[in-house]
Amino acid sequence: MITLVDYHAGNLASVRKAFEHLGCTVEITEDPNVVRSASHIVVPGVGHFAATEQLTRAGLTDVIRERISEGANFLGICVGMQWMFESSTEAPDVKGLGALKGMIEKFPSGAKVPHVGWNQIERRQPSRILEGVESPSFVYYTHSYRAPVVDETVGVTSYGDDFSGVVEKGNVFGIQFHPEKSGGAGLKMLENFARLAC
Amino acid sequence: MLTKRIIACLDCHAGRVVKGVNFVNIRDAGDPAELACLHSANGADEIVLLDITATHEARNTLVDTVRRTARDLFVPFTVGGGIRSLADAAAIFDAGADKITINSAAVADPTVITAIANRFGSQAVVLAIDAKRLPRSCGKIGAEVYVSGGRKPTGLDATQWAKEVESRGAGEIMLTSMDRDGTRSGFDLQLTSTIAGAVSIPVIASGGAGSVQHFVEVFRDGNADAALAASIFHFGLESIGELKQELQRAGIPMRWPL
Repeated sequence: MITLVDYHAGNLASVRKAFEHLGCTVEITEDPNVVRSASHIVVPGVGHFAATEQLTRAGLTDVIRERISEGANFLGICVGMQWMFESSTEAPDVKGLGALKGMIEKFPSGAKVPHVGWNQIERRQPSRILEGVESPSFVYYTHSYRAPVVDETVGVTSYGDDFSGVVEKGNVFGIQFHPEKSGGAGLKMLENFARLAC
Repeated sequence: MLTKRIIACLDCHAGRVVKGVNFVNIRDAGDPAELACLHSANGADEIVLLDITATHEARNTLVDTVRRTARDLFVPFTVGGGIRSLADAAAIFDAGADKITINSAAVADPTVITAIANRFGSQAVVLAIDAKRLPRSCGKIGAEVYVSGGRKPTGLDATQWAKEVESRGAGEIMLTSMDRDGTRSGFDLQLTSTIAGAVSIPVIASGGAGSVQHFVEVFRDGNADAALAASIFHFGLESIGELKQELQRAGIPMRWPL
């Protein structure tokens, strides 16, 4: 069962459809009690980093943190991945989950923002989520802020400079692009996530 | 490297894909769900489905067509035609679209752009601008925005309107040259580069695609981020894969091989 966390930021239909296409059962919830028993938690998200405040307001942040420490698998997509870090210059007062150290920042000046379209992701270290995914692969991005390259960066994309396309730390995964919109390569990553034992 | 996008457009009428010249004389070109999958498999970077009769017949895009088309499509999917409100947009997103495109509704009430962007993100709001060139004045490129499927002039200047929709939260601009649409005589390069230079959000060039060289020009000289075409694909004049390989050889970055 894939538990898709709804915090009223954007559209969950595409992510749901991709997991269902892979044969997964998907539940969409905003209820911390449902997340408390989830094995595979997915936090998608688009738009502004400030929207993630709703996760804390709804009591979801603490539950997600607790479930991660208990061994549940977690996947953040787009703003959901950015939220895994400590903070973002897009909304400096909003705290992220802090599962990874670092701050989300805007692209360096000179790069046309937003970064929209298909770019390449290159594997930099062994990775469970990128297993069986060719390197480099084309994936679909749409964002204005990005995570720096950190120790947990397993996939790197270059736009202006190198940034984190995919991060992975134990049972915690983050994807900045849209795997649900990235053809076969993206579906493979979602499949890898769905197949993780819990 | 960020690649330039090739977008296949499905103009739909009553649940079927059609193609016309200058918005009239439409003919049948197939089933949207089938064509979307086919284009995606052949290398289309994105699919756009436009219900071309929705606005003037006051009929909403068939949500079922969108749902059916989205089902097995895993590249970005944009839907437009007859979307007038946040509620209309929400129904289309719920059916599986990733982005919506609006034109007439945004001109009638520009706050609808911000309303949809605030709820679904700017990346989900593609502003369609149908523009027709005005006679040259003082060496400047002038173009007027039209609505209602190219039927109604608005008096708005295309460049000014592009800047305004960006400031109101649109994430991309789909710029159709009404002068070139359906003619296969090439994109309007000056118009495209003028708009692309006026905004920082991506500009999708549309109207006039007829050959590989037209695509090379619109990326190289028109500064388009993406180019959209419909008929040249449906009628087998070019495969998208062939087109992308040719563009790659011409030095345009492409998502190829897939």
